[in-house]
Amino acid sequence: MARMSKTMEATAGMNVPLHKPGSRTRKKLMKHWQFYLLVFFPLLYIVIFKYVPMFGVLIAFKEYNVVQGIFGSPWVGFDYFKQLFEAPFFWQYVRNTLEISLYGLLVGFPAPILLALALNEIRNGRFKKTVQMVTYAPYFISTVVIVSILIVNLSPNTGLMSNLYRALGLEPVDFLGIPGLFKSIYVWSDAWQFTGYGAIIYIAALAGVNPDLYEAARVDGATRLQKIINIDIPSLFPVIVILLILNLGNVMSLGFEKIYLMQNPLNQNTSEVISTYVYKVGLLGANFSFSAAIGLFNSVINFILLVIVNFVSRKVSSTSLW
Amino acid sequence: MSRTAIRESVQDRLFLGLVYLFLSVILIVILFPLLHIVSASFSSPGAVSSGKVWLWPVDVTLIGYKAVFQNSNVLIGFGNSLFYAVVGTLVNVAFTVMLAYPLARKTFYVRNIIMMLLVFTMFFDGGLIPNYLLVKSLGMLDTRWAMIIPGALAVFQVIIARTFFQTTIPEELAEAAEMDGSSDITFFLRIALPLSKPIIAVLALMYAVGHWNSYFNALIYLKDSSLFPLQIFLRDILILNSVSAEMVTNVNELLVREGMKDLLKYSLIVVASAPVLMIYPFVQKYFVKGVMIGSLKG
Repeated sequence: MARMSKTMEATAGMNVPLHKPGSRTRKKLMKHWQFYLLVFFPLLYIVIFKYVPMFGVLIAFKEYNVVQGIFGSPWVGFDYFKQLFEAPFFWQYVRNTLEISLYGLLVGFPAPILLALALNEIRNGRFKKTVQMVTYAPYFISTVVIVSILIVNLSPNTGLMSNLYRALGLEPVDFLGIPGLFKSIYVWSDAWQFTGYGAIIYIAALAGVNPDLYEAARVDGATRLQKIINIDIPSLFPVIVILLILNLGNVMSLGFEKIYLMQNPLNQNTSEVISTYVYKVGLLGANFSFSAAIGLFNSVINFILLVIVNFVSRKVSSTSLW
Repeated sequence: MSRTAIRESVQDRLFLGLVYLFLSVILIVILFPLLHIVSASFSSPGAVSSGKVWLWPVDVTLIGYKAVFQNSNVLIGFGNSLFYAVVGTLVNVAFTVMLAYPLARKTFYVRNIIMMLLVFTMFFDGGLIPNYLLVKSLGMLDTRWAMIIPGALAVFQVIIARTFFQTTIPEELAEAAEMDGSSDITFFLRIALPLSKPIIAVLALMYAVGHWNSYFNALIYLKDSSLFPLQIFLRDILILNSVSAEMVTNVNELLVREGMKDLLKYSLIVVASAPVLMIYPFVQKYFVKGVMIGSLKG
């Protein structure tokens, strides 16, 4: 009873005539002022570390020098972009980036779906748990260690491949030194590392399928394969489309970390991609403006790709990000 | 389940057999290289370099590990990584819940604007050079701050945490507390957070693994080797192949020294991955849960 009268007082208080128009919204905004206190530092972080660098891309249009800083350096317009588009090596790097990304998508996208469908077929038991546990584990291994594992196993001196070649009486090969193999090594080792992790989301989606559907299919005499094609895959379809949009929108932003570590002088031709080139020109070569121009070009292409893919998907399948 | 209650057709049993075969192949393909590394790390240098190690250790010995733990760089890196992982994760989790919780509350009237600000940063960013120049102008280059502050928050994790708060902390509960005179911050600290232990575990796990495994920020922001995390030292030893003389001095013969270099790599790979892989089985259920919450709002 006491609490109730308190509430009534509180609501009555809100109906007191307000001093001036507009202060009602202000009061509504300020009533939970403590929320602003909570978000203050995180938001400050977002503004400084996410939005300020967006203005930093201005240096792509300037002749940046350390003395005059971002704002004082003289404008040069699109000079750096012209320089970039005229360089023959640049298109080679764009092509490498796209080839590795699309190859990676071709292998890495369906693999988790297959794994999830297969796991969904077998009973919950020790075997299923083991497969899940083991396939998720490589996700937790660092990039440096993954590349080290590749190097020790693919080098001519040590590891599984050289063991195998020697056991067969063949001369061991330096696989990472063969330019033609670089993309395959990158893509398949990625599949090795991330298939299990990628499957989790599909496994969750399959767990949510209505059991009545399977029951009805069983009554109709459907085989396991028919159930997969007619029940499982259609259930996964929305998730597949969303993830495909996100992945296609990211084909230009191929990660730096793993490629950089896998590079060596022998495979340079096929392994140089945009992100590694930005790093080498910008930070190692201290050519900030040119490097920022490449980075900006990359971000813009990515953003446009995402918008296009999302648009097409909305037209074709009525599933989209926004 | 009822699916297996009825005797299955020959065709179905054959298909199921293929499924088991497929999964077994995947299991072997993933497990075999890992077991090989662990076995090689416990083998003798000679056995490793002559290619005798396949699945099981040959001439079991611990000298690979001895060499790893005698290396001062590995110890410095281990300590630094531990520091960055612990402090970084504390900052990460605090920032994430502080931002995510108000965004989950309907009474926070500017939440949609802030959400839009956050989501936009997921699709567009300034790129490497502007970020580097920013960290430089803040005077953080070559300090421990550079490993903590520039990555203080991941927008994706904020969205996961927000989804969790929205689904587990009912708006009515907050209203009731408000009527009882509890302030928003008191409610957040005393009621919302204790109810959110699962999501805090998920966030801490994701962030901590990220800190432990990353080398990129250290590569671009740090020059002083006394600040390097383990991954940078790993890169030097494992990938750039610069094994310092210190690590193999007590070995005289050239052949054995070469073998030691190889063996050292295997032991180091195990030492570097062990902390994360050892806690993984215990947190696996949280980890899977985190991915699922994330997928709700893909």
